[in-house]
Amino acid sequence: MTGHASAKSPLKMYFAVWATLLVFTLVTFKVAFIELGPFNAVVALVIATLKATLVALFFMHIWHAGERLIKVAVAAAIFFLFLLLGLTLSDYLTRPWS
Amino acid sequence: MSMEIAIPQTVERENYLNKEYGVWSWLLTTDHKRIALLYLVSITFFFFIGGFFALLIRLELLTPAGDLVQADTYNKLFTMHGMVMVFFFLIPSIPAVLGNFLVPMMVGAKDLAFPRINLLSWYLYIIGGAIMLHCMLTGGVDTGWTFYTPFSTNFTNTKIVEAGIAIFIAGFSSILTGLNFVVTIHRMRAPGMTWSRLPLFIWAHYATSIIQLLGTPVIAITIVLVACERALHLGIFDPKLGGDPLLFQHLFWFYSHPAVYIMILPSMGVITEIIACFSRKRIFGYHFVAFSSIAIAVFGFLVWAHHMFVAGISIYSALVFSFLSYAVALPSAIKVFNWTATLYKGSIHYDAPMLYAFGFLGLFTMGGLTGLFLAALGLDVHVHDTYFVIAHFHYIMVGGAVMGYLGGMHFWWPKISGKLYPEGWARLAALIVFIGFNLTFFPQFVLGYMGMPRRYYDYSHMPEFQVLNVLSTAGATVLGVGYLLPMIYFLWSMRYGKPASDNPWNAAGLEWKTASPPPTFNFDEEPVVTWEAYNYDELDAPPQKQEVTVG
Repeated sequence: MTGHASAKSPLKMYFAVWATLLVFTLVTFKVAFIELGPFNAVVALVIATLKATLVALFFMHIWHAGERLIKVAVAAAIFFLFLLLGLTLSDYLTRPWS
Repeated sequence: MSMEIAIPQTVERENYLNKEYGVWSWLLTTDHKRIALLYLVSITFFFFIGGFFALLIRLELLTPAGDLVQADTYNKLFTMHGMVMVFFFLIPSIPAVLGNFLVPMMVGAKDLAFPRINLLSWYLYIIGGAIMLHCMLTGGVDTGWTFYTPFSTNFTNTKIVEAGIAIFIAGFSSILTGLNFVVTIHRMRAPGMTWSRLPLFIWAHYATSIIQLLGTPVIAITIVLVACERALHLGIFDPKLGGDPLLFQHLFWFYSHPAVYIMILPSMGVITEIIACFSRKRIFGYHFVAFSSIAIAVFGFLVWAHHMFVAGISIYSALVFSFLSYAVALPSAIKVFNWTATLYKGSIHYDAPMLYAFGFLGLFTMGGLTGLFLAALGLDVHVHDTYFVIAHFHYIMVGGAVMGYLGGMHFWWPKISGKLYPEGWARLAALIVFIGFNLTFFPQFVLGYMGMPRRYYDYSHMPEFQVLNVLSTAGATVLGVGYLLPMIYFLWSMRYGKPASDNPWNAAGLEWKTASPPPTFNFDEEPVVTWEAYNYDELDAPPQKQEVTVG
């Protein structure tokens, strides 16, 4: 709750984040038409990650979260995401036939 | 006669069962105890549906020829058996029934942190369950409960998307239960209830909740991807479009292997409570048992690819996953050794809950040890997708999880219903379940080792398998009787059972310090905890006599 109070104007901030998300969406759309080879996917994924981070930080109130417990919960979720990606890549990166 | 009528009846004190009556007092309740009973009725319903499919499977395998059902029907039978039992019985079983009922009471709270979300979780479960029922009645699914691609995405014409939606929705019910438990355990402990005074049932549920919160979203996403792949041909799992079918298995097992620990961890919590109570001892190595629950929850996420050793993953990756799969056996072994050490020099009582706990100890150990066979890269090639695997995971899920569930139902039934169940019948039922279970599933170890593959409805080319299959089917019948008995005498006891005292087992724990059945807000006044967990030495100490000084 302290998070709401410390943000100066939450409504303005929400609209700013929303506008940024829309810009990112537009960029994703435009970049998809530029031939970058394998980097098309890279760009799309990087933008998607940025957008997800913005949503988590501002719409899910993590930026202003005062409590350490909430930050631990977020860190745990990210840690498990890396487990999923990392151990899956342990298969994809070491396949001798691909 | 008139004299008898004139005798004033002792007024039954108000509790969560008699406070309100009527359908809406149940369907709109936010009382965690009533929601637990709603779950109890719902999961029992699905247990018997899943059991019915199991019965048909066992009947088909009674003879080598595929003569009872056709091949396609058989595929649907084992698929629906798996989906119903995993998603609509085992995963909600102990957490949503016993956990819902007991977590707030054990930590000394009035209710869960979010009572309305708790009710929402039951409604989501019911919506998911209704969709699953509709799916089954209008054709069902034939992929196996695992939805493996490319069969599920490109080939089968059965109702994949509908079953996916059902599981997707039921998954949110599981997430919300986990969320409620985590917040309740962190925020709502009674004064004095420190982390190291919590019952180990709570530690087990905390670990379970971590898996529910972190794992379930992944299966939800995976199911959505399968649905998109079917509808829009995105190509995520299709090599023709640059995808990879093995990616599906990675994503699926990232949740579905830890899901096994969603089933077994709460059961371990139940067993810990029962063993401490019926050996009249503090649990041996409290902190080891507590942290092994957390270790299982974390390590459980690191082993999933042992389901994929023969599917074509990199051998280097397989080596890592094999090693990690051995590692996850350690915390489980710590628990088994600590339970056994608790029994040592304990004053052991052979009541029905303890019989289930003994059953759990033996069967879970066998299930766990045969899991090590499957974690071995070389041996897995031989027994992969055979009845050896079927026997192994039924020893864990039925011999482990269901034994714990039944043991817990017996242990806490006096608290839940306020009535005593008939002890003699209960011991008989525990024995029947144990014998029936072993007769059903032990022959399957042998069958699998001899080479009988799973998911075959016709083994007429190998008629020598029939003897073991007949034993297994006979065992399933015995097991069925063993499961029907508790349902009958629990229902019987609600009307005719002797009234239970507040603490019929003289057990430790806050839930036994309130009335049976408890009042709506659990405690008449907020409890203050000044004792350590499992203080059986204090409970059993003879009442101290006042010293009389003479002269």
